[in-house]
Amino acid sequence: MIGGLFIYNHKGEVLISRVYRDDIGRNAVDAFRVNVIHARQQVRSPVTNIARTSFFHVKRSNIWLAAVTKQNVNAAMVFEFLYKMCDVMTAYFGKISEENIKNNFVLIYELLDEILDFGYPQNSETGALKTFITQTGIKSQSKEEQSQITSQVTGQIGWRREGIKYRRNELFLDVLESVNLLMSPQGQVLSAHVSGRVVMKSYLSGMPECKFGMNDKIVIDKQGKGGASEEAAAGKSGGGGGKQSIAIDDCTFHQCVRLSKFDAERSISFIPPDGECELMRYRTTKDIILPFRVIPLVREVGRTKLEVKVVIKSNFKPSLLAQKIEVRIPTPLNTSGVQVICMKGKAKYKASENAIVWKIKRMAGMKESQISAEIELLPTNDKKKWARPPISMNFEVPFAPSGLKVRYLKVFEPKLNYSDHDVIKWVRYIGRSGIYETRC
Amino acid sequence: MEWANQLCENRQFGSKMTDSKYFTTTKKGEIFELKAELNSDKKEKKKEAVKKVIASMTVGKDVSALFPDVVNCMQTDNLELKKLVYLYLMNYAKSQPDMAIMAVNTFVKDCEDANPLIRALAVRTMGCIRVDKITEYLCEPLRKCLKDEDPYVRKTAAVCVAKLHDINAQLVEDQGFLDTLKDLISDSNPMVVANAVAALSEIAESHPNSNLLDLNPQSINKLLTALNECTEWGQIFILDCLANYTPRDDRESQSICERVTPRLSHANSAVVLSAVKVLMKFMEMLPKDLDYYSTLLKKLAPPLVTLLSAEPELQYVALRNINLIVQKRPEILKHEMKVFFVKYNDPIYVKLEKLDIMIRLASQANIAQVLAELKEYATEVDVDFVRKAVRAIGRCAIKVEQSAERCVSTLLDLIQTKVNYVVQEAIVVIKDIFRKYPNKYESVIATLCENLDSLDEPEARAAMIWIVGEYAERIDNADELLESFLEGFHDESTQVQLQLLTAIVKLFLKKPTETQELVQQVLSLATQDSDNPDLRDRGYIYWRLLSTDPVAAKEVVLAEKPLISEETDLIEPTLLEELICHIGTLASVYHKPPSAFVEGSRGVMHKRLPARTGSGESTESPDVGTAAGGSAPEAAPSIIPSQGDLLGDLLNLDMAPPTTSGPPPPTTGMQMGGMDLLGGGLDSLLGGDIGGSPAMGAGFGAAPAVMPASLNAPVGGGLGDLFDLGGVGMPMGAYIPPKIVWLPAMKAKGLEISGTFARRAGVIQMELILTNKAMSVMTDFAIQFNRNSFGLAPAGPLQVLTPLGPNQTIEVSLPLSTVGPVMKMDPLNNLQVAVKNNIDVFYFSCQYPISMLFVEDGKMERQVFLATWKDIPNDNESQFQIKDCHLNSDAASSKLQGSNIFTIAKRTVEGQDMLYMSIKLSNGIWVLAELRVQAGNSNYTISLKCRAPEVSQCVFQCYEAVLKN
Repeated sequence: MIGGLFIYNHKGEVLISRVYRDDIGRNAVDAFRVNVIHARQQVRSPVTNIARTSFFHVKRSNIWLAAVTKQNVNAAMVFEFLYKMCDVMTAYFGKISEENIKNNFVLIYELLDEILDFGYPQNSETGALKTFITQTGIKSQSKEEQSQITSQVTGQIGWRREGIKYRRNELFLDVLESVNLLMSPQGQVLSAHVSGRVVMKSYLSGMPECKFGMNDKIVIDKQGKGGASEEAAAGKSGGGGGKQSIAIDDCTFHQCVRLSKFDAERSISFIPPDGECELMRYRTTKDIILPFRVIPLVREVGRTKLEVKVVIKSNFKPSLLAQKIEVRIPTPLNTSGVQVICMKGKAKYKASENAIVWKIKRMAGMKESQISAEIELLPTNDKKKWARPPISMNFEVPFAPSGLKVRYLKVFEPKLNYSDHDVIKWVRYIGRSGIYETRC
Repeated sequence: MEWANQLCENRQFGSKMTDSKYFTTTKKGEIFELKAELNSDKKEKKKEAVKKVIASMTVGKDVSALFPDVVNCMQTDNLELKKLVYLYLMNYAKSQPDMAIMAVNTFVKDCEDANPLIRALAVRTMGCIRVDKITEYLCEPLRKCLKDEDPYVRKTAAVCVAKLHDINAQLVEDQGFLDTLKDLISDSNPMVVANAVAALSEIAESHPNSNLLDLNPQSINKLLTALNECTEWGQIFILDCLANYTPRDDRESQSICERVTPRLSHANSAVVLSAVKVLMKFMEMLPKDLDYYSTLLKKLAPPLVTLLSAEPELQYVALRNINLIVQKRPEILKHEMKVFFVKYNDPIYVKLEKLDIMIRLASQANIAQVLAELKEYATEVDVDFVRKAVRAIGRCAIKVEQSAERCVSTLLDLIQTKVNYVVQEAIVVIKDIFRKYPNKYESVIATLCENLDSLDEPEARAAMIWIVGEYAERIDNADELLESFLEGFHDESTQVQLQLLTAIVKLFLKKPTETQELVQQVLSLATQDSDNPDLRDRGYIYWRLLSTDPVAAKEVVLAEKPLISEETDLIEPTLLEELICHIGTLASVYHKPPSAFVEGSRGVMHKRLPARTGSGESTESPDVGTAAGGSAPEAAPSIIPSQGDLLGDLLNLDMAPPTTSGPPPPTTGMQMGGMDLLGGGLDSLLGGDIGGSPAMGAGFGAAPAVMPASLNAPVGGGLGDLFDLGGVGMPMGAYIPPKIVWLPAMKAKGLEISGTFARRAGVIQMELILTNKAMSVMTDFAIQFNRNSFGLAPAGPLQVLTPLGPNQTIEVSLPLSTVGPVMKMDPLNNLQVAVKNNIDVFYFSCQYPISMLFVEDGKMERQVFLATWKDIPNDNESQFQIKDCHLNSDAASSKLQGSNIFTIAKRTVEGQDMLYMSIKLSNGIWVLAELRVQAGNSNYTISLKCRAPEVSQCVFQCYEAVLKN
């Protein structure tokens, strides 16, 4: 198991060091600093073995978190734990920075004591932790409160406490998708996939039993025509067109979702944590709506000049608006000057980033825009040809490129007197660009 | 969320520049100040002081001097302060054990506290204080906490047992904590179960043989129930524990799989990977024709692909594991090539791993796409990545024949870029392509030669030299090219030197007239001016070959080379199996068994995949069978340090990917004889001991080369006449030594071999007991002997017809002949044996009693005996004492006769019996003996005379063994 956990600043100074196992000594702290943080070369692996000691590290801004062990630990678990550790810290004191860590080092030690025992990760749900690690002392707890805390920390529903009350029961569902594309210069889709998340923010009283439904092809096909009318109604509101159901390649769920039930019936039922949680992640590869198409044209005019023309086409309903559009056209390292003309938005050559950045605030569906640029090059004797990195794109669209639709989210709380109809529900779809690249 | 954020902000605001200041104190006399503050009356001041102490501790300052003062702060009702003091204690208690005792009372008291959080805190901290004296006091509180009414305390106590075990294992056993821990597996609270499982698994690791976890269907059922209810971490503990279980049959295995598959949808990647591990392992037991088996295969792909959308560090772990899974079961991900395409912004470690998997998944169906990608990668920035991409193109050519032409032209395009490292890498892979498809792409040689000057890496230089040597007849100026390399011969690396030597010899054999000078030059450089033994040895071999028999030299040096294999860098199958059992762990990331990087006893136990149970085995569909690779023995590439490799080494194919070497080819006696001659010849040539000469001999033996008779002359010396003349005889009660263990299971991946030799009815037999101490079934046994002094060789195959299941034992007797190849061994009766099964090839050596070579017609005529005795020079006589033998001469004589030692005459002189005996060995050597037995004296004296005096020692040992049994 994890033998120790260290947090360093960018200089390699230790901010937090907690050792759980006897086989990890102080020298391990230095070994990591010397061999990884101060290493001349770029990091070649997130797992480093130094003198039979293994170091797992992740970096958050300029803070290094390193878990150390001498055993054959579950490597995936260690990384998951490190990410979790970051989440917990963020939930407690905001951004992970040197300043914040130093200011909260006592809290961090207390957290580390609780969520990692002898190197074994323990319950690390912030909801539960915040009930008893508060940094204000827990002097005035009644016996009931104490046992409530412990039963929550160890309980089957460790992510939610009893006795939550809201005057207004409300829930927000965000379907957040990032659409990834790799396209060849000729417009052939080399790979495309959507990775999506359903984020739920709930403010519900008691221990509500929830059921979530979406236009999952397997469920729809199973229900047959019974569900068709409902589906037709839901299908119209989106931007992607009338796709009835979508094929989900794979999905994973927050630990509150009963996985065995999903496996058997493909129904998603759970008692949500209070506040925000990422209910589900999913991935689709079939019938993706690609919101933009990038058509590049690069021409080398002699050895000292490049002509670039890029056309972008929006491919969704004209009534919808895409926002925050940015096209990034890489330029060679030996660029000396650039002239740009674009039809829409603003374009600038950024020498420090070796790219022309073209920004458009808004763009409706089924439109087209174009940029052309002349790039002057300095003559070099470098034999190596320019690698021509792909043209990348950023945007945000108000629909789900996968075609996913939320069909329902039903709430049952048998013990309290509110019904599914009393809950105010909000659903929002946001599609963003992931790695959206076109080779040129 | 809102309230929490606000709270945080407030707190930050309030404490701004308060806590971080502790990190900046660098004053002198700090310790004294702290001491004063710690003893302050004001609580707030005390707390601040402890915080400062902890901050100093964090940055590595030694604040152990404050121990008593800090411990004084322990008795407080301020939980925050208490936790800080505990933290300090955990760090320094070991350096101040006596002082630490001061804290014990508080701990014990806290363990009784009304607040479960404090009880748990106390027991948790106490377990971290590694001081013997404290552990004694820990036992009672721990016992109570293990049975506490509050699950939070119980789950903490469960881990504490593991802590205590780490400090004092004996104490834990004596106090019966292990049983209490086992009871916790049935606890009503899932988190208690999970921690108990984690603790037990860890303790079990250091006691590999204690059946501590005692996994049985009932306890497995409990674990599977807890699996649905506990935290993500608990699920990992339980899944990792489940993976150690071996189901009794395929049904049980299927039902466990069914209950584990829902975990594949968990958001935590570690849960997913551990579930994959359980499934990959238990799948082994399912019959392949089962519908469920293919359903399961299909279910595995999506979660594995999803892992690639995790954070980069986890992607890396996932990719390293996928690399193993693809080797074990290629069918799972064969349609998922695209997800492994490299993204421009992937971290380099993810890129390199993806590339590896792309090559493994490349097939005829997707090769066009793969090649397009690889070409794209070859223009990237990172040098390592580009090199790997170029190499990958070569590997695609070798793997998918249809694509070879396109690959070669892609490589040529890349060479045109003139980017130094790209060119070098391309030349290295083109060499491999030439090996794989001889006489197909040689037209590109001209282009390659243009880049000769830019090559500065040994591997690329060596590859280029190999190409020039191999195709010397087609390259007009081959001699000039090679000569240009020769100028800086001594500055080259060994790899290049060896290659250059071989290439020039090849050139000479192809164009002898123009290149005589060159070859002489290189031979003298290699043999006279070099200190490198490998280089000198190779030089001498060529020199000798060329000077004695150029025809033979041609056959050796220009022999047809074995084709190189399609798959390279495959992990050796047994290791792969073990790594599959370690999916998700560090071992799977390093691709090394835990024993390679874990110290001590932990994790040294080798894990094994379970064997498929009987049903459905025979109906295994062929396509799945071959696709599944690893599990099917015939598909498993063997990793024997086989003759092929040695040959490769000698002919300088060593830089090529490993050759596909099947089981060692059945070599006939003739060939083996031939190689012995060469081996011996070299020995005498170089005046004795050259390192590794048998290996070289073996290497030549694999080549279809027949050694010229002229080499025969200097060989063998005294052993020249040892060739067998055969022998017939009658059955007798010959002496059979007891069976001893020749090959312990530890050294042979679970196969234990014990045995002995016997001569029954004139037939020499090797009697073996094979025991399977591994977890998987062993099949495909075969045996082979190394050359030995008396030409012993198996007269038939090893008759193990049924697969050998775990814990099964089989007795086999193997008839031996004495017509095998001969080489003098030391000791003379040493026999080196190789046994192969589906898992590996194992080597051991044993010594046989020479008495089994005594033939039945070994009774010499009296006259002949006398004449021979006189004829053998006295130098050849040796005398031995046999002590403590209480047989009289007649009894001795008849006993010896049972082992074909014949008494020819008996004489009694002054109460001393003199027995004259003769022995004939299977190879026709006669041994004459005179045994003196004195009444009343239990010590016998024996004189042995033989033309080959080397055997005397062994014969004497036989006497002793026979007489004393």
